[in-house]
Amino acid sequence: MMATLFYLAAFIALLATGLALTRTNAAHALIYLIVSLLAVAVLFFLMGAPFAAALEIVIYAGAIMVLFVFVIMMLNVGQEGIEREREWLSARNWVVPGVLAAILLLELLLALRAAPATTSGVAVTPKEVGLALFGPYVLAVEIASMLLLAGLVGAYHLGRRFIVRRERRR
Amino acid sequence: MSELDTIGFGLILIAAAVGGAAILTWFERRLLGVWQDRYGPNRLGPFGALQVMADMIKLLTKHDWVPPFADRAVFVFAPTAIVVAMLLGFAVVPFGPELYILDLNIGLLFFLGMTSLAVYSVLLAGLASNNKYALLGGLRSAAQMVSYEVFMGLSLMGVVMLTGSFSLRAIVEAQRDLWYCIPQFLGLFTFLIAGIAESHRLPFDLPEAEHELTAGFHTEYGGMKFAMFMLGEYLGLLLISCMITTLFFGGWLGPWLPPIVWFSIKVFALICFFILLRAAIPRPRYDQLMALGWKVMLPLTLLNLLLTGVIALLLEGA
Repeated sequence: MMATLFYLAAFIALLATGLALTRTNAAHALIYLIVSLLAVAVLFFLMGAPFAAALEIVIYAGAIMVLFVFVIMMLNVGQEGIEREREWLSARNWVVPGVLAAILLLELLLALRAAPATTSGVAVTPKEVGLALFGPYVLAVEIASMLLLAGLVGAYHLGRRFIVRRERRR
Repeated sequence: MSELDTIGFGLILIAAAVGGAAILTWFERRLLGVWQDRYGPNRLGPFGALQVMADMIKLLTKHDWVPPFADRAVFVFAPTAIVVAMLLGFAVVPFGPELYILDLNIGLLFFLGMTSLAVYSVLLAGLASNNKYALLGGLRSAAQMVSYEVFMGLSLMGVVMLTGSFSLRAIVEAQRDLWYCIPQFLGLFTFLIAGIAESHRLPFDLPEAEHELTAGFHTEYGGMKFAMFMLGEYLGLLLISCMITTLFFGGWLGPWLPPIVWFSIKVFALICFFILLRAAIPRPRYDQLMALGWKVMLPLTLLNLLLTGVIALLLEGA
């Protein structure tokens, strides 16, 4: 039962990602990407990581992708954007990325053959995740927080500068 | 509960939630009438209660039109997203000690995830309509919901800290001695505001403000598709009331009466309070709304988090 659900969700994730790559309409591509993220969340849940699954939905599908859609709405590309995308998606442009991706896939398959991936199959509770993050991995958390702080300061700076300029012009 | 019972309860819950949302449309208009010293719908049936049926017949028989300039597939899909997401949110609400569908150890996060997915309905409707008012409404709602989601989740972390679990049943059980509305009053206040903003009800209904955006994101919608948006909005109101009851007012806990009755009473009182807010408070300007979110509510939630952490540590030490 679990294996069936797993392969179903994995199939949906792969299919949705493939469709997201090949759509010429940016809004449609984003919707497929959201579906793919939701499928990955289901995969996490089935692998016994409910906390990761919830974060995948709340942060990736619920917040980051909303901002992507927001940008698409701001740009309002319309029909010409679709035409341009169609031009860019010609078969010629697929060759090099396709070959590179195929090499990586081959490498992955060989690596998996050498050491089959194992999961414990035991559900990890949110508490355990928290204890791991603020116990052995606290340095990683601190580095991530510094990175986010840098991003915040950068965003503040960019927003600030334009306001000052506009005032000077007056 | 056995598996079959759970499925039966789920079906009853869906029927009750959708029916409740339909009746709420009439109840809200009646109650607004009382508070604003007028009648409200009072012609059909006792106290005008059959108005719901009349509205439903009208919406069902209306021409189901998709504008030729709209993105057809997305346009049709958008209204379903909010209804599905909101109904899924009900799955983790514990209505009684044994009356629930799912008792996830991430129940609270599941609810937050579902409310954040409901945003897409409004966003995609605005995008697919290909209409400037709809687009502006969609843009506004995206900015509003992302901003208010930030401290919606944070405002609940105090409750999680005091309980030590994300499971909603555990949260209710932990309130046997004292409801969280007292030690977590800051959390309650911020969650209430965020809840109204998330379900974009008046006074925070700027995405569909009719005096500046005609009808915002659902300008191009009519008939059943429009009804789906309304259904989603009222389901959101019901879900937020259920969550506030569970998280801050002791859920099903209460003396003498059976648990489900206590739960219903609390939810009903909260819904009346939400309608009172709609009747009493005017709509803010959009920049005021965003400023309130980032400059007042976010610092308040962080303060609440800090205080809760300090008190929890002190109590642990004592």
